[in-house]
Amino acid sequence: MIPHVDRPGILFALVGGAGLALPLVQFKANRIVAGEGLGMPAALPWGWFAVAAIAALLLAGLFRMGAALRLAMAVAGLALVVAALGAAAQALTPPDDTLARVAPSAGFWLLGLAMALMGADALTRLRPSLPLRWLLLGAAVMAVAGVLGSGMLDGISVMREYAARQDMFLREASTHLLLAFGSLTAALLAGLPIGIAIHQRPGLRRPVLSGLNVLQTIPSLALFGIMIPIFGWIAATWPAAANAGVSGIGIFPALVALFLYSLLPVVANTLTGLSGVDPAAVEAARGLGMTRPQLMTRVLVPLALPVLLAAIRIVLVQNIGLAVIAGLIGGGGFGTFVFQGLNQTAMDLVLLGALPTIALALVAGIAMDLAVEASRKGAA
Amino acid sequence: MIGRAILALTGALLLAFLISPAGFAPIFAPFTRNGAPAIYVQTPILSLTLSHLALVGAAVLLSTVIALALAIAVTRPAGQEFLPLARTVTAVGQTFPPVAVLALAVPVMGFGAGPTLVALFLYGLLPVFENALAGLADQDPRVTEAARGMGLTPRQRLWQVELPLALPVILTGMRLTAVISLGTATIGSTVAARTLGEVIIAGLLSSNTAFVLQGGAVVGIIAVMIHEGFQAIEAMAARRAGRA
Repeated sequence: MIPHVDRPGILFALVGGAGLALPLVQFKANRIVAGEGLGMPAALPWGWFAVAAIAALLLAGLFRMGAALRLAMAVAGLALVVAALGAAAQALTPPDDTLARVAPSAGFWLLGLAMALMGADALTRLRPSLPLRWLLLGAAVMAVAGVLGSGMLDGISVMREYAARQDMFLREASTHLLLAFGSLTAALLAGLPIGIAIHQRPGLRRPVLSGLNVLQTIPSLALFGIMIPIFGWIAATWPAAANAGVSGIGIFPALVALFLYSLLPVVANTLTGLSGVDPAAVEAARGLGMTRPQLMTRVLVPLALPVLLAAIRIVLVQNIGLAVIAGLIGGGGFGTFVFQGLNQTAMDLVLLGALPTIALALVAGIAMDLAVEASRKGAA
Repeated sequence: MIGRAILALTGALLLAFLISPAGFAPIFAPFTRNGAPAIYVQTPILSLTLSHLALVGAAVLLSTVIALALAIAVTRPAGQEFLPLARTVTAVGQTFPPVAVLALAVPVMGFGAGPTLVALFLYGLLPVFENALAGLADQDPRVTEAARGMGLTPRQRLWQVELPLALPVILTGMRLTAVISLGTATIGSTVAARTLGEVIIAGLLSSNTAFVLQGGAVVGIIAVMIHEGFQAIEAMAARRAGRA
């Protein structure tokens, strides 16, 4: 084996090399015709410089080095790739042309992947402390917001789709958040008491958990679909329910479907968390003369907190993803763009729905992981 | 026991429905309005079920083989350097919503079964990989030591000791993958894959609840049966591995 060679570095160089060889962007005269792929040198004025710089970074990554330096290199590489994408869009779009579309292509995604992998590898090896990881997450979110806000990428197809429907995007974004967080809140309000109840009555555990398990296996598409007639019927039969907001169309059926999917993780983890509490701690609390509610709120729930937070993580990430399906049944959210885009074969529109969903799920997942870890440290 | 009986009965009902859907028309008729058809007939439900299962089966098989190979690779000395990265990528990858992955595969693959298979395959890699990694990396060092002491070569250790011990956990990963794929494959119909989602979507588009119910019920019952079947095999593997 050659000394000083970093094996993951070989993988990143291969992925990045393929990215350099493939077209960086697709240029289309309008948004639905087939496009023409353009590599970095052809797409932007300083293309050869960008190729050389990225190749240098990838080659340097082949050698062993400190993780901090590697992380800096990955960030620099990512910035370079994003800047190249923005510059390509500006250079390729004729002035005053609102129809031409410059879309990121395979080369861009692979280069981004190579740099992201390099950064992730460096981060894992750095083993940053918990506060530092919060800081890094915040910095990453700020950086993305900064790049999007700076107008650097405004020429890119996805951003053009966004510019064309800014109000709608904001509305669907808030619907998406309402779907994900609203169903989570409802699941916690219902799931925690159910979890506590089956913890205290072991006989109920099997029927409740297997019932929720079956619910979980119903395909999301069908569950969303079944909610529509059920609530339509309820709203038509009881005017009081309709006045309270129950409806077969819009956001309500989607919200209930997501709520039902969230119950199993919340109930099962509440049970696991409570069962995992050391009996000695419960005994000690009883010895102190605590009443049953006191025991629950002061001893059991705080000790079970890490497992409960883990349930919130599962539900949140799952619901942010599943909320996309609401777009198919008229429930709104980012799915509206995804399915509209699929229908019109307008992939830029699909991206406008899919990318924010992925970003949201990623940030929620990482933030909740950090919260779980913090609570573990607190409980220990 | 009662659970088994219910499961067997449900399975028999499913089979009867797939063979002769028309016989179930009276059950679904109350869910239709304005004399709409009670049973989806554009494509036979049996053939949709078979292509749905073929798609899911191919994806699960493919992701199991690749994920297992990758998990074995990163737990060997030569691949050790990739282990931390592999863990991070798996954790991050699992937060990607399956629907978004499916939608993103379309520009690359075009419409049809292709993007669905790719999305199911990619998404299915993660649970199997994560579980296989847990099974292979967290083995009792005393067992490994004993195997080495017996003079087993690394290859023999892998096949005769490590893989059998990790099998129950690997099967759990396959179960997760199979159940998630079954549900996600229905969404594949939005990109023109031939799956049971076609029935559900036809129901959504024509406001025919009967279609939504029968499509959902077939997928749901199959999912429960696969779930139960895997759990039975897992229990068997665990007994053989001496963990039960």
